[in-house]
Amino acid sequence: MKLIIQVWRQESRDAKGKFEKYNLEGLDENMSVPEMLDFLNEKLIKRGEDPIAFESDCREGICGQCGFVINGHVQSPEKQATTCQTHLRSFKDGEEVFLEPFRATAFPIKKDLCIDRTALDRIIAKGGYIGVNTGQAPEANSILIGHDTAESAFDAAACIGCGACVAVCKNASAALFTGAKISHLSMLPQGKLEAKTRVQKMVAQMDAEGFGSCTFTGACEKVCPQGISLANIVTMNREFWKS
Amino acid sequence: MLNSKIPEGPIQHKWTQYKASAKLINPANRKKYKVIVVGTGLAGSSCAASLSELGFQVEVYTFHESPRRAHSVAAQGGINAAKDYKNDGDSVWRMFYDTVKGGDFRSREANVYRMAECSLALIDQAVAQGVPFAREYSGYLSNRSFGGVQVSRTFYARGQTGQQLLQGAYQALIRQTAVGNINLHTRHEMMDLVVVNNKAKGIVTRNLDTGEIKIMEADAVVLATGGYGKIYYLSTLAMNCNASAIWRAHKRGAFFAAPSWTQFHPTSLPQMGDYQSKLTLMSESLRNDGRIWVPKKKADDRPPHEIPEEERDYYLERKYPSYGNLAPRDISSRAAKEQIDGGHGVGPMKNAVYLDFDSAIAQEGKPTIEKRYGNLFDMYKKITGMDAYKQPMLISPAAHFSMGGLWVDYELMSNLEGLFVLGEANFADHGANRLGANSLLQACVDGYFIAPHTIMNFLASEKPHETIDQIEKEKLITDTQERLETLLKIKGNKTAEEFHKELGIILYTKCGLIREEAVLLEAKSQIQELQKSFYTDLLVPAGNQINFELEKAARVEDYLELALLIVEDALQREESCGAHFRKEFQTEEGEAKRNDEEFKFVSVWESLEKNVFKLHKEDLDFENIKVSERSYK
Repeated sequence: MKLIIQVWRQESRDAKGKFEKYNLEGLDENMSVPEMLDFLNEKLIKRGEDPIAFESDCREGICGQCGFVINGHVQSPEKQATTCQTHLRSFKDGEEVFLEPFRATAFPIKKDLCIDRTALDRIIAKGGYIGVNTGQAPEANSILIGHDTAESAFDAAACIGCGACVAVCKNASAALFTGAKISHLSMLPQGKLEAKTRVQKMVAQMDAEGFGSCTFTGACEKVCPQGISLANIVTMNREFWKS
Repeated sequence: MLNSKIPEGPIQHKWTQYKASAKLINPANRKKYKVIVVGTGLAGSSCAASLSELGFQVEVYTFHESPRRAHSVAAQGGINAAKDYKNDGDSVWRMFYDTVKGGDFRSREANVYRMAECSLALIDQAVAQGVPFAREYSGYLSNRSFGGVQVSRTFYARGQTGQQLLQGAYQALIRQTAVGNINLHTRHEMMDLVVVNNKAKGIVTRNLDTGEIKIMEADAVVLATGGYGKIYYLSTLAMNCNASAIWRAHKRGAFFAAPSWTQFHPTSLPQMGDYQSKLTLMSESLRNDGRIWVPKKKADDRPPHEIPEEERDYYLERKYPSYGNLAPRDISSRAAKEQIDGGHGVGPMKNAVYLDFDSAIAQEGKPTIEKRYGNLFDMYKKITGMDAYKQPMLISPAAHFSMGGLWVDYELMSNLEGLFVLGEANFADHGANRLGANSLLQACVDGYFIAPHTIMNFLASEKPHETIDQIEKEKLITDTQERLETLLKIKGNKTAEEFHKELGIILYTKCGLIREEAVLLEAKSQIQELQKSFYTDLLVPAGNQINFELEKAARVEDYLELALLIVEDALQREESCGAHFRKEFQTEEGEAKRNDEEFKFVSVWESLEKNVFKLHKEDLDFENIKVSERSYK
């Protein structure tokens, strides 16, 4: 299989970047996108060129580490998939494929396809938890949680923190990411007590990091590899106004 | 020389007794002590959070961009606990017994008992943190069954249990960065351990973004850096999983136990081509409802649905009728390899067996199966492009979990004082084979419940903040700089990845599921050759700042050294036990044949110099469980 790869190359955070073109032959349609970059990098290294810097760890869609924009699709042209779950069979033989990093003010580019998403950790640090210390927990079955509530909480908690929702949003809003955590915790009985302060602090941090406002276009929900629902943003707003 | 420090008294009381007599530090004095935690998976995050909650200063290091990326995130199936919510006869004792037996009687009784004991509180802790475990319609927690046991003691959050538990631990950790005493250093790799007078006193770190090398001093160091199954290159592990932190500690004097005991997971996806970088795991929970089979006829090219029932060999059900498809991992993997090697393999590379859900779908209906495993079936489809509701999954054994790791005593402390090793990075609890859903458990109990007590007990006898000599510090930094410069200067023609792939092939074929003296000796000389060529042929692109190739090269350098120890260990152990199967030592039925007279010990290795290893032994005493032949028939 052949592909023409156009990759975003940027030396450092403040350097000017540009697309660089690579013609690749001898690809296998079952290769994943990161595996294709491994293949390309091996060639670049041997030619004495700087390999493409990109991050990818679990390669099974759960760690949230990888994630590029592929032909304008955030994460993947496939539905509910991460970049590492995208295989070359998604492209036509000979197709031109553009790879670029997620773009958002709050996600500065470090090099090529590597970005800094630590802003998301700082949002969680403001209240994305239940404040229980080790040793304080009561017997597990003393907190009853209905099957459906547990399932909904899981749906929200399934977020992998990849930032695709931010990257696709025209305002680079982190509302889906933040909303998912708020919603996960606030619907559980053990998470209700801190609901007020949680939502206030997390929303404030979201703004402080430079994420934009949510205008409810629903683009985030469409690209989320875990299919996190837009309803979580509604929950966040409701919790916010309640507080 | 090796003192495992197991407390006196009956096994049921050892841990209670330990905690009751462990030394404490006054809350006001705890902040004077600094502890380094390397790794932010379940073990590292939970330990760091718990220490910070107690009031200690904690410096946390991870090579990831965020602590939440650690590979605990990928564990799918579940976490065991002896809650006996099913009223099916479970108890701490039974879990202890199952685990010791599952490990083929090569683990330390007292540690295993403690793990089972602490499992009860761990589920409570996780639920309190908001981990959304599966629930019954009544609101009570739900359980399922896993390999190697006959009760249902596995708690789960769909097929993402590791992710959900890690969220809990990560949130506890990140909370402490705001309200407690944690300093978090992301994108930092531990390059070396600082040892002063046989005590761990700090680490050498490299900032992976800027290349800056620094020393962090502390009163104790915790390594929670996970397993090294990635040494086989193709494995279920993440791309960046590595042995470097524990290997560097080993080179500074920490003993390494049972290095060759690597578990091969029976339900991974098979390799499909040479380009492949990893093998994705399909949760063991699938074996609750899936039936494993191969065609009875060799090289049968018919599609699965055209092979009639009587021409299928459900070999696990046939060989192990009482456990069937839920036979433990080592046994299931070996049985699959036998079928594949015997010409019954299926799939494009004939390297797989079928995992079939037809009967389950017929009995329980598609919606039920979809509910239980929907996300796994989706994942299977994403990776292979195939629909497992319509045709059986292709599965194959893959390198997965390291039962081996740094040697630790009952306090999870290495022979180097002040060096604690947690989770998969240590060797203690799983013997020669780990049972499914015990890995998440071990990582959690080590971090939340055990290490905080044992670390405080250790620190209570230490003076806080003994600083390291300045000249010594500068030398350590120079050593690391020179090591990296050496790698950069080789300028050969082979990438680190290529070396890693070659090493992986040697280990898979010669020191994998089945081992044999003559073949192991071949492996040894091939690895020695490969190691030699590494220093003449390696090619690393220049650059000290973000340079993933340099990170890889340093890790592969360590892997090459560890690989030699793995082979040495496999050679030395002239018996079969658990995942370590020596062809020369098998029963008439082809099962692992232990030699308790000569090998009822843990092999504990010291490196005298590079590639020169000295064996120490920790004898295993079984006072509570009768050592017997392990049978699942």
